[in-house]
Amino acid sequence: MFSYILKRLAIAVPTLLLLIVISFLLMHSAPGGPFTAERELPPQVLANLNAKYGLDQPLWRQITSYVWGIVAHFDFGPSFVYKDRTVNQIIAQGFPITLTYGLLSFALAVIVGVSLGVAAAIRHNTLLDYIAVGLSIGAQVLPNFVMAPILVLIFTLWLGWLPGGGWQGPEYWILPVIALSTSFMASIARITRSSMLEVLTSNHIRTARAKGLPERRVILRHALKPAMLPVISYLGPAFVAMITGSVVVDIYFSTGGIGKAFVDSALNRDYAVMMGVTILMGALTILFNLVVDILYGWIDPKIRY
Amino acid sequence: MALLQIKDLSVTFDSQDGPVHAVNNLSLSIDKGQTLGIVGESGSGKSQTAFSIMGLLAGNGRTSGSIKFDGQEILGASPKVLNSLRAKRIAMIFQDPMTSLNPYMKIADQMAEVLTLHQGMSKRDAVAECVRMLDAVKIPAAKERIRLYPHEFSGGMRQRVMIAMSLLCRPDLLIADEPTTALDVTVQAQIMDLLNDLQREFGMATVLITHDLGVVAGFCEKVLVMYGGRVMESAPTDPLFAQPTHPYTRGLLGAVPRVDDEDASMTAIPGNPPNMASPPSGCPFRPRCNYAGEDCYVMPPLADFAPGRARACHRPVEKVIA
Repeated sequence: MFSYILKRLAIAVPTLLLLIVISFLLMHSAPGGPFTAERELPPQVLANLNAKYGLDQPLWRQITSYVWGIVAHFDFGPSFVYKDRTVNQIIAQGFPITLTYGLLSFALAVIVGVSLGVAAAIRHNTLLDYIAVGLSIGAQVLPNFVMAPILVLIFTLWLGWLPGGGWQGPEYWILPVIALSTSFMASIARITRSSMLEVLTSNHIRTARAKGLPERRVILRHALKPAMLPVISYLGPAFVAMITGSVVVDIYFSTGGIGKAFVDSALNRDYAVMMGVTILMGALTILFNLVVDILYGWIDPKIRY
Repeated sequence: MALLQIKDLSVTFDSQDGPVHAVNNLSLSIDKGQTLGIVGESGSGKSQTAFSIMGLLAGNGRTSGSIKFDGQEILGASPKVLNSLRAKRIAMIFQDPMTSLNPYMKIADQMAEVLTLHQGMSKRDAVAECVRMLDAVKIPAAKERIRLYPHEFSGGMRQRVMIAMSLLCRPDLLIADEPTTALDVTVQAQIMDLLNDLQREFGMATVLITHDLGVVAGFCEKVLVMYGGRVMESAPTDPLFAQPTHPYTRGLLGAVPRVDDEDASMTAIPGNPPNMASPPSGCPFRPRCNYAGEDCYVMPPLADFAPGRARACHRPVEKVIA
């Protein structure tokens, strides 16, 4: 197991390198640059700026010195747009916020989604099941940029219960968390329901019932674990999608998370910030795929690494 | 008083093609320590009869009639009543040992929970008792292997684990639903020997469901022959094999290959078992029966014709021959 994790982490290094090279090339092939402005800079100033940030160097040298900076000093470079801030500072400021509501949304989506899915499966073809499925389909087709304004309309403008934006305390977390989690919650509920329905008809569940176990124990002890396998394979990418999906939440609720920095960097051609956030998301994706695989091995004894 | 008394049991499933009558007016009784074989082809209703006793029918199944266990009505009983009987007094082993154990739990955990739940034993005592039971079903190195998962056992070994698990609470009644069908022939013989020994040792009444007449002959005192959801013939084992009178029973026996008589040919029953969504009118065996006549369009009642022997047939073989 331990050697398997080491092996996977070792494979992560070339994966990340590939990600860096591809994003770097894509970024530079996009027209414009960090210092392109409506009012053109004098050529001498532009040349000086390009020299300062190393943009006058050939691409391969830019890439190698960028990667070297990360490997040797964990330095993702200075922002090209905000003159006094480094990428590390921008991420250190925004990422905790993103992580806070990302984790909360994740927890909410998993807890509500799994409970709803299990309840629907147990009460298969009853009113509860139909309501759960109906809600799930409704929530799944509402993307968060539609969900966010609806929530603000109801809870901020009509009821006046919750603030519609900002990041000053727990009451500011509620709407972003709901807006971000609903569609994931719905997917989790639907996956849980169908996989639970399948598990409940399997032979080993019949055995568990024949043993005289109360239905509650049959579900919790015998059915839930296998029913979670497809859910878990969905959760890894879903977690990363929640962090990256924060773009809409950040902009709509002015939460100040990393999603806003990501979008701004793309629009401003702030090369260093763009690369920094891309690498962060890439690393998270790799990490959570590994976590999913480890969880799989923990649940299913037939999987051995 | 009989340990298990089934009267007029009918099981119907609602399906898209309309109701399917899986079991029709089945009656049987078993005394303490008795062995009963239920024989029939696929779809004859034998497994559904077993599931009705355990209360394990699929959700779309409807039942009528009566199943009394030790004088208590258990057909349609509440989950609480059923759970107090399951494993503790009525245990069941299933057809497919490869999938009947929980693949995600260690053998120790899935066996021990029977004892911690029903006998209030501590986990440690329960596991020790499970090891003793695994020894009894002749699993080598049970003490170590109880810590393994089901996929680390072969099919035959898994069925031994299932048998051990079903006997943990010393049930009064064991229902074995085709316990050897999924196993290869040499293992089948071992498992049947084991069941035979355990049945003698523990003295529990046993219902053995099978389509293998050879297995019945070696194991059961009484036999119930089922076809199309109905009892065709019911008799003590020896007279049934010595002088089968129901055309279907004769057909079944004729389809068994014989080792002792090289000249005897094996004759299959022509045709296929009926589709229970649209069964033939009258006797369900009529379309495949060599002796069938006009009167067979009405279902014959199951009637006694000799001490302890009953059959449902208008044209039993001895009458036709005589």
